[in-house]
Amino acid sequence: MVQSLARQQTHTGRSEATGTVRRPQVAARRAVPGFLLVVWVFLAAVVMSSLAQPWLGLPDPTAQRLTARLQPPIGFGGTWAHPLGTDHLGRDLLSRLLAGARVSLGLASLGVCISLAVGTTLGLLAGFRRGVLDQAVMFAVDVQLSVPFLVMALAALTLFGTGLPVLIALLGLSGWEQYARLARALSLRASQELYVVAARSLGASAARVLRRHVLPNVLAPLLVLATLQFTSLLLLESSLSFLGLGVQPPTPSWGNMLGDARNYLQLAWWAAVSPGLALLLVTLAVNTTGDWLRDVTDPALRRR
Amino acid sequence: MVRYTLTRLLRAIGTLWLAVTLVFVGLRLSGDPAAALLGPEANPEAVEALRRAWGLDRPLPLQYATYLSNLVHGDFGRSLRDRRPATEVVHERLPATARLAAVSLALAVAIGVPAGVLAAFRHGRIADRLVMAGALLGQGLPNFVLGLLLILLFAFYLRWLPSGGQHGASSMILPALTLSTYGVASLARFTRSAVLEVIHQDYLRTAYAKGLPTRRVLVDHVGRNAALTLVTVLGLQLSVAIAGAVVTETVFAWPGMGRLLAQATEQRDFPVVQYGVFVVVLSVVAVNFVVDLLYGIIDPRIRSGV
Repeated sequence: MVQSLARQQTHTGRSEATGTVRRPQVAARRAVPGFLLVVWVFLAAVVMSSLAQPWLGLPDPTAQRLTARLQPPIGFGGTWAHPLGTDHLGRDLLSRLLAGARVSLGLASLGVCISLAVGTTLGLLAGFRRGVLDQAVMFAVDVQLSVPFLVMALAALTLFGTGLPVLIALLGLSGWEQYARLARALSLRASQELYVVAARSLGASAARVLRRHVLPNVLAPLLVLATLQFTSLLLLESSLSFLGLGVQPPTPSWGNMLGDARNYLQLAWWAAVSPGLALLLVTLAVNTTGDWLRDVTDPALRRR
Repeated sequence: MVRYTLTRLLRAIGTLWLAVTLVFVGLRLSGDPAAALLGPEANPEAVEALRRAWGLDRPLPLQYATYLSNLVHGDFGRSLRDRRPATEVVHERLPATARLAAVSLALAVAIGVPAGVLAAFRHGRIADRLVMAGALLGQGLPNFVLGLLLILLFAFYLRWLPSGGQHGASSMILPALTLSTYGVASLARFTRSAVLEVIHQDYLRTAYAKGLPTRRVLVDHVGRNAALTLVTVLGLQLSVAIAGAVVTETVFAWPGMGRLLAQATEQRDFPVVQYGVFVVVLSVVAVNFVVDLLYGIIDPRIRSGV
């Protein structure tokens, strides 16, 4: 009974509008559509198999065998020795695909963590402190929103050279403005709330109020945004790697696999199709999850 | 309106200044700019001579002032590859990119806007679902993946179109299609929600009630209000298109500025990259400024609000 009351309360707006009382079981079943379960099973399978890749008994993803170059995949004249075929250096594509997943997904996750931390901190402070800090942060947000990040990244790569630290820094810097904008709006609203006013009047410091009272109340929408940002970072990393400016060989990433495959596309289409499909499917899976999370947690934040 | 224009102009100049300053900071953080400019194979005396000629022994604020003054005077240095002025190297690649970007944006508008309007008027029905599913796919498909798949299908398998380079109008089709896909998808989504927002407003019912033909209602009421969103999205699309051009031009070996920038970055040809970035930022800022002005013209509430 208590549960169903709580459920009704969260849905009061909709229930009043339709004039019906929704039963909790129905609401719960509606909450996760069937195709999302499929999507999550797929994502879990990708993550787990990429983590388990070293123990799956596959060939070393960087081992070259020039006698077994450009072998086609199974179903197109290939053998079980290389289920997805091999690339121009005779490297096993399945093994590279899984190892590349670890690199690409890992880098995108790391980038999301950094930009989430940076953007949230700046946004919360800007919304809470207002004044000059707020204006400076919002100006920087405006600039980053209008200038294409990939192009600024090229300037940084020219100056600092390609390398993992530079790549991680670029991924962390890209997208911070999204969190900053959202965190600022949320903290502006939260700072008007009674519990914040009460905490401040009891003498709590700004840092404590932000950490203990504001942050827990604004975290959910920020995490939803992080899900949606994940694919942008995955895309940035693979674009840079595709151009030969991101993850450096012999380490595989989906982007540099595609970059290699481009050079002998006419000879071996399979080398481009498998990382391309992997990139597309993971992007779609994460995007649909993010869209669903956003609709469930806060319909007002709907992205258009 | 004058005050509004001035505020926007100030913001545009501020953006340009910040981008240029960031490059200066990066230049100083990355070590010796003279060494960076002359490349890794330069001899030490040449670096030392350039350091003195550039006044790198002088205080930082003075160096910064010199740097800005050089930019203002159009002095961006020479390409490390063939010693030609960076401005010349970039300028000869501009027309190809401009052509590609213009055709892609036109395609994005020609397909995305009608698709969005259709989806809004068929809200919740099959046409709407198809458009939204297509948009999800279009926004999720990285353009280098799409480009490679299009080459495989149309150039190698069907042999209808060239896979790259510039051989007449037919070589424009695949790159333009690739570059416009993201724009088509996001324009369709934005148009759909902009029209959906307007469609249930009271003034629309009034317009119908007073007997206006559907055409007039569409153009005068739906169109003008949805145009606000469209203009903004188009401004943002330019920025997306330029970033996309770097990748798309590389896929199709298109001799434009995007490919030049990618190659110059790989060769660490700083003067060329610096001027390329400057041109990109300048054009993005200029377009956003025009968009802001259009915004103020379309919706009088915005310019008085500033």
